[in-house]
Amino acid sequence: MSTQNDAEQYGHSATTYGDDKPIRILDTDGTVLPDAEVPDLSADELVSMYEDIKLARRFDQRAISLQRQGRIATYAPMTGQEGAQVATSYALDDQDWLFPTYREHAAKYVHGMELESLLKPLCGHRDGYAIPDGVPIMPEYIPIATQIPQATGMAWGNRLQGNPERAALCHFGDGATSEGDFHEGLNFAGVFDVPVVFVCNNNQWAISVPRDHQTASETIAQKAAAYGIEGIRVDGLDPLAMYSVTSAALQKAKNPAEDDRRPTLIESVQYRYGAHTTADDPSAYRDEDEANAWREKDPLDRLQNYLTATDILDDELEAEIDDRIESRLTDAVETVENATTDPDSMFDHVYAELPDRLRNQRDRLRALREKYGDDAFSEVLE
Amino acid sequence: MTSTTADDGTAEADTDTDAETDETDTLTLVEAVRDALYTELSLDERVMILGEDVGENGGVFRATAELVDEFSAERVVDTPLAESGIVGTGIGLALSGLRPVAELQFMGFSYPAFDQLVSHAARLRSRSHGQYSVPMVIRMPYGGGIRAPEHHSESKEAFFVHEPGLKVAVPSSPADAKGLLIAAIRDPDPVVFLEPKLIYRAFREDVPTAAYEVPLGEASVRREGADVTVYTWGAMIQPTLIAADNVAGEAGIDVEVVDLRTLSPLDTETIVESFERTGRAVIAHEAPKTAGVGAEIAATIQEEALLYQEAPIRRVTGYDVPMPLHELEEYYLPQAIRIEEAIRETVSF
Ligand SMILES: Cc1ncc(C[n+]2csc(CCOP(=O)(O)OP(=O)(O)O)c2C)c(N)n1
Ligand SMILES: [Mg+2]
Repeated sequence: MSTQNDAEQYGHSATTYGDDKPIRILDTDGTVLPDAEVPDLSADELVSMYEDIKLARRFDQRAISLQRQGRIATYAPMTGQEGAQVATSYALDDQDWLFPTYREHAAKYVHGMELESLLKPLCGHRDGYAIPDGVPIMPEYIPIATQIPQATGMAWGNRLQGNPERAALCHFGDGATSEGDFHEGLNFAGVFDVPVVFVCNNNQWAISVPRDHQTASETIAQKAAAYGIEGIRVDGLDPLAMYSVTSAALQKAKNPAEDDRRPTLIESVQYRYGAHTTADDPSAYRDEDEANAWREKDPLDRLQNYLTATDILDDELEAEIDDRIESRLTDAVETVENATTDPDSMFDHVYAELPDRLRNQRDRLRALREKYGDDAFSEVLE
Repeated sequence: MTSTTADDGTAEADTDTDAETDETDTLTLVEAVRDALYTELSLDERVMILGEDVGENGGVFRATAELVDEFSAERVVDTPLAESGIVGTGIGLALSGLRPVAELQFMGFSYPAFDQLVSHAARLRSRSHGQYSVPMVIRMPYGGGIRAPEHHSESKEAFFVHEPGLKVAVPSSPADAKGLLIAAIRDPDPVVFLEPKLIYRAFREDVPTAAYEVPLGEASVRREGADVTVYTWGAMIQPTLIAADNVAGEAGIDVEVVDLRTLSPLDTETIVESFERTGRAVIAHEAPKTAGVGAEIAATIQEEALLYQEAPIRRVTGYDVPMPLHELEEYYLPQAIRIEEAIRETVSF
């Protein structure tokens, strides 16, 4: 978690795989580091990436304030981590699978989910989990680490069915590396050599437990060695480094060189600026100075500085971007707040076909609602 | 409520207990849980707590608030994020002579520990013919009604009740929470201690300051009545008591409410005794209906008291569907309205 002496701590080349120093392209002031190779992205792509990161940040602020007003339920903020989320999803091909946790709102959005769908589960509507047809994203995983073997299985299945060019990218946190599923998922990935990229969003905290208490390993990337796969540390607050490394890892997953194993474990070294969720109070266990030190390396500021310095971004474009973001957020919130859910729907999709026993339960609930009205059901839960 | 002395480690406790029996604190249920932990950590140096975020953060529901400061980071331990690790090492710690109290953050996250619980915690005593035992407690908040995300609201007590060798306790009041948890910690066998988080802070009541036990395996009659018995536990006591008042007023139905308090072993005697007086039963639980604990209670009544039965036994339960997100949880949970309807149907049969 130390932030002193950045130059020592960060590698300068996006190709120094296997090095313990996190790979970095943009320095904390947004200048390109000497020897670093800027990924091959057009000005439009860079602006669009910037806009998505900014949207993510505004989404986060908006969601936190909606939660405070009681308009949505518990929310897991991503500020500080959105640069890495957006960049990893930019590295995906449309057909690649994304396995997100409860925190990867921006990663999901970039890969094809609607803003509305990100908000709906927070308003208690299950249909928010529904992914647009053909968009290869799994509903968010809340039980920690459970997605890891599944992502391995998805990638394995693609390879078995003659489609190793369809990779799976699996997100999880630093805490998740302590669960058995982390071990099992990475071990299978190595054994069956499947096209999967594991992205550990090491935000230094698992709720109140700091990274150095989670594992005695010096880095998370080094755990890859035990599975015979490659591990890489990246500056997770540098969107360009995250993009480069993730793209290369996906490329290797799909078309490995002769001696390469397909899977990679990327340790994205980052920080959770805010609370674990809106139900959490970090002042109980951590020092805000630590968070402030990380804010100095902010991904949004860095990319903004880079784009301004390279004349890709100016005030006019920035204002356009801001307008678009605000109106999209406002529309999304309005749509979601007007959404309703039919109580019958909890009986839908439990099985392909509704069993009689369930139909009877549904009909009995219907009859009760007709007899007593919906208000009668809110009595006890205040 | 009687104060009993556990094994050697707590021998001194009794003097204190007797000296202060009248003192009480006004506590919420979650504060009473903390009080029980505090009490046992103070009285028995073998007791330790382990779990995710139980240390400096004091637990996500504050059930272990400040205990790490009062005791030490060796006795109140923040573990890595791994439930199988927590329960598996807990079993080892118990075998080594300690009295671990594990916190699993939510019942919905207990499943990685299931193998350790059912294959080992529950069976080491019988496997070793009594040579080894696992005196540990596995606490977990459970149940719905708090607008939580997916996996944070289910009631899967039947999983644990189904496993011979595990005891399962569920308090519905602050005083019971303290007494049952102390009894669980002092019990020689593994106890799954389920905490109804909907009522963690719903109300306060006077709780004795001293150590005391509410014995495992004893149900309590929360309301006496002659016409019908409602069997329930945990957070469903509240809507049941409301329903009982409502039907008493409107229809003059006299409802008895039995709080099971321990789901394994079940208190067959109290269940049957109440039924023999009322001849009618409604069972209310949050868990899905099929193979829920309600089925076991109904079958027990049929086996033990068939000739007293005057009406079909009705179950008011969660539906056989995944717990819905919060927008629909008020329809899913047994609300007073559903319990009242079942009471009326049973009585008018
Ligand atoms: C199996 C399981 N255990 C416990 C929890 C409760 N919980 C939710 S998030 C969290 C911490 C996760 O930390 P990390 O993996 O670092 O991800 P982060 O939240 O920091 O993104 C915990 C303990 C859970 N969701 N699932
Ligand atoms: Mg983390």
